[in-house]
Amino acid sequence: MTDIALKLFDNMYYLVSMVLFIIGFHTMLTHSNLIKKVIGMNVMDTAVFLFFVSTGYVAGGVAPIIEPGVEQTYINPLPTALILTGIVVAVSVTAFALALIVKLYHHYGTIDAEEIMRIRSTE
Amino acid sequence: MEDIIIRMISRISVPFIMVFGFYIILHGHLTPGGSFSGGAVLGSSMILFALAFDLEEGHKKLSHKTSTLIETGGASWFVLLGLVGIYAGTGFLANKTGGFPMGVPGELVSGGMIALITLGLGLKVASTVITLFYNLIEGDSHD
Amino acid sequence: MRLILTLIFLTLISVVMVVTVIEMPTFGNPDNPTNNEVPQKYIEDAVEDTGALNVISSIIMDYRAFDTLGEATVLFVAIAAALSCLKAHS
Repeated sequence: MTDIALKLFDNMYYLVSMVLFIIGFHTMLTHSNLIKKVIGMNVMDTAVFLFFVSTGYVAGGVAPIIEPGVEQTYINPLPTALILTGIVVAVSVTAFALALIVKLYHHYGTIDAEEIMRIRSTE
Repeated sequence: MEDIIIRMISRISVPFIMVFGFYIILHGHLTPGGSFSGGAVLGSSMILFALAFDLEEGHKKLSHKTSTLIETGGASWFVLLGLVGIYAGTGFLANKTGGFPMGVPGELVSGGMIALITLGLGLKVASTVITLFYNLIEGDSHD
Repeated sequence: MRLILTLIFLTLISVVMVVTVIEMPTFGNPDNPTNNEVPQKYIEDAVEDTGALNVISSIIMDYRAFDTLGEATVLFVAIAAALSCLKAHS
């Protein structure tokens, strides 16, 4: 039992990213306000990025900016380079979702998901 | 908004934020940073200016036509730099085998194609952030 | 009713995730499976091939510049879609 707790304490970055993912997922499922669902999606994206980038750490390594002439161990640069593209895609999806919410508000007069489903079922 | 403290502070600090954003973009191949973070800082400085003063003044500083030109110009600049490699005989988006000048590693003028692409993408990201802000804050009027 | 179903589902997912975290390799170990010879080649040959001191910049703009072109396209298409959605008059 204590070695499980010790292993969880060693992999603390992965555990925190899982906790953030569960928090974002719960926010997205429970609240009925559309903007809160978008915020939950953003928190889930941040959790996935944290998990991916922290797989590339090497103990005792520094940031991969090469100084000519000094021998050092650098961290793994590949996960960071892949996640840069992912962050931009997450920002684009959030921007488009917020634009759609503005148009929904102009059309239905409310941003509550249950209200919108009720209005649509009686049209 | 019409608060005199915000106007005074942002009048002093907006040029420094812009210079910092340009520093992050231009030194993308020497220090941490690059095009995306530098473009976000540059776009945020224009948003601070448009929030502290009137939105009309923000439109006068950076009109709709200018931001559209910068955004499409950034994407076309990337594709044009890639076509230089085809013109030289090797594949698309070639750096050293495509004929770009390399220089000494560690100087500001080095790396061939990397510095030019960083500049184009940084301006494109800044224009994206500014255009999105202007269109989300007033939907139907003013165009 | 919906709240109880949500809580059961989230508890199941969190149990699976915590078991995965226990089974993963140790954080920061140099013998991880992700530190094979591919990042070593990128770190060793970055300064000679590209001339940039920042290894991540030389990865996303020289070795894998095609992915950055795809990402610029995604930015452009997202802004075009958001603008055409907001400025459409009925």
